Amino acid sequence: MTFRTWLAIVAGALPASLVAVLLFLALYAWPAIHFNGWGFVVRDSWNLGNLYADPVDIAGMSVQPGAQYGILFLIVGTLLSTLIALLLAVPVGVGAAIFLAEAVAGSLRVWISFFVELLAAIPSVVFGLWGYVVLIPFMAHHVFPILADGLGFIPIFAGPTGSGYGLLTAGVLLSLMIVPFIAATLRDALVSQPAPLREAAMAMGATRFETIWRVILPGVVKVLISAIFLALGRALGETMAVLMVSGNALNYLPQNIYAPISTMAAFVVSQLDSALQDPSGMAVRSLAEIALVLSVISIVINAAARLMLVVWGRVGRPAGAA
Amino acid sequence: MSAAGQHAPSLSAAAPGMRLSRRLFSMLGWFASGVALLLLSVSMVWILAVVLIRGITALSPTLFTTVTQGSGGGLLNAIEGTAVLSAGALLLAVPLGAGAGIYVSEFGFGRWAASIRFLADVLVGVPSIVMGYFGYVTMVEGLGWNFSVAAGAIVLAIICLPYICRTTELALGQVSRDLREAAYALGASEGRVILRICVPAALPAILTGILLALAVSVGETAPLLYTAGWSSYLWDGALVHSPIGYLTYAIWTFINEPFASANALAYAAAFLVTTFVLAINILARFVIGRGRY
Repeated sequence: MTFRTWLAIVAGALPASLVAVLLFLALYAWPAIHFNGWGFVVRDSWNLGNLYADPVDIAGMSVQPGAQYGILFLIVGTLLSTLIALLLAVPVGVGAAIFLAEAVAGSLRVWISFFVELLAAIPSVVFGLWGYVVLIPFMAHHVFPILADGLGFIPIFAGPTGSGYGLLTAGVLLSLMIVPFIAATLRDALVSQPAPLREAAMAMGATRFETIWRVILPGVVKVLISAIFLALGRALGETMAVLMVSGNALNYLPQNIYAPISTMAAFVVSQLDSALQDPSGMAVRSLAEIALVLSVISIVINAAARLMLVVWGRVGRPAGAA
Repeated sequence: MSAAGQHAPSLSAAAPGMRLSRRLFSMLGWFASGVALLLLSVSMVWILAVVLIRGITALSPTLFTTVTQGSGGGLLNAIEGTAVLSAGALLLAVPLGAGAGIYVSEFGFGRWAASIRFLADVLVGVPSIVMGYFGYVTMVEGLGWNFSVAAGAIVLAIICLPYICRTTELALGQVSRDLREAAYALGASEGRVILRICVPAALPAILTGILLALAVSVGETAPLLYTAGWSSYLWDGALVHSPIGYLTYAIWTFINEPFASANALAYAAAFLVTTFVLAINILARFVIGRGRY
């Protein structure tokens, strides 16, 4: 065999891992998928049933009496916390990128960019630690009361404000974890925009900020959208940080922005111990179904973002450049 | 507008005679952007300050010489475990990931290479907890390995694989074409050109990619919870059937306990993990990041 063939086989480790992860999760979760049906994603109850009774036979599968698995509250928690994270991270990321690319020059830009982007390297569990000891008391004592007072006329901002664990705290922490990525990607794109574009806009009498906002930024909007998608994928699957600040709600839909929630990723960690108590094994298999749903969502979002970059990259290239 | 064009526009001052709304828009825009960057910097400083200051005060020599006992003791077992798991992960991921990266870089024109490049990006996006649960289902339960070094290291290796593949590919992309052509012109075989010419030339960047993968594996928690488990004892050398400790678990568990001694362990572990990960990232920036901005 040639060297090239050997390398091609070694390179197969990547697709093989991806296929293996999906295949084995799907195989393991199959009885749960069959048992739960479509109700899995629309029911709002994670109930292991009577763990001390003998398993009963339902549709050919052995489960604990009364067991019912629905993850609507997890889907809602995941989507809402991610939405809040994006609503906070996108403006901050865009603003920081504009300031770094256009108002800070030379070596200062290099150092500040490097410093804030190091935020992306900090492990999730360290974010969780900071969230637990600093952000939760800060939100509960300083931010939540002000929000409830000032915006309380809007139902989702009305109290009770709770203990600090919950949707908004998780969203803020998630936004900190994804904002460096958005800022760095956008800053690179802004810096690499052609100078004549800038010169033309300023020659027409636009101010520097108008030039950025109306001329340069529209040119990098596609980069921004794919960066947002990649950040979205990361926020959806974030586990430890969310686990430590979300309040780990069970079978509960948040009534306001301060309410405790749980996400799909965090739930898989927090519930395995109790799921293992289920002698029929259906609870552990249902957790595998959550992991499968989560990985399919993440893969679709990531693939969409990458495809966007590929397709738009081709469209955006000037004609004649092959 | 005619007057505006004659002046070189500066950051804040707009040309005279400009409508107030435009001037206001520009000023507010700069203000908002500055505030955004300030928010980001303050958060970074805040997180670093909490972890570093509380971490340093929690450090003591006994942390490195004793194992965890109940809610106190040291972190020797966790430090050793993190080292063993990460070393195992790299041992598996480096040959496979670097091989894949070389393939994609050197023969990256075909459909197979394109799909590997794409799947590497997609694999990065799979949440690490999903990898952990996969490891639990297949190795801990399916193969009956129980919580073990092997299960933890294999899952970490899968997580590191795409990082090493992509950084190797980028590193080899920096090697000049002339070098390759010169080697081929001298009659070197394909394997020889790659292994003896290209890889040595790209070695610093490849090693940096491996270091970054090491940083990722040292910082991971979720995939290890249900594959490596946790142990308060030193590693017994067994690959399967015995759990092992690691630093990130100590952060997660001991911060939730009501004892000051346990919290100190969590801060110390966070300090060790964070400084290690940041040091690698800073080093990496100096090796491959030069001229990026």
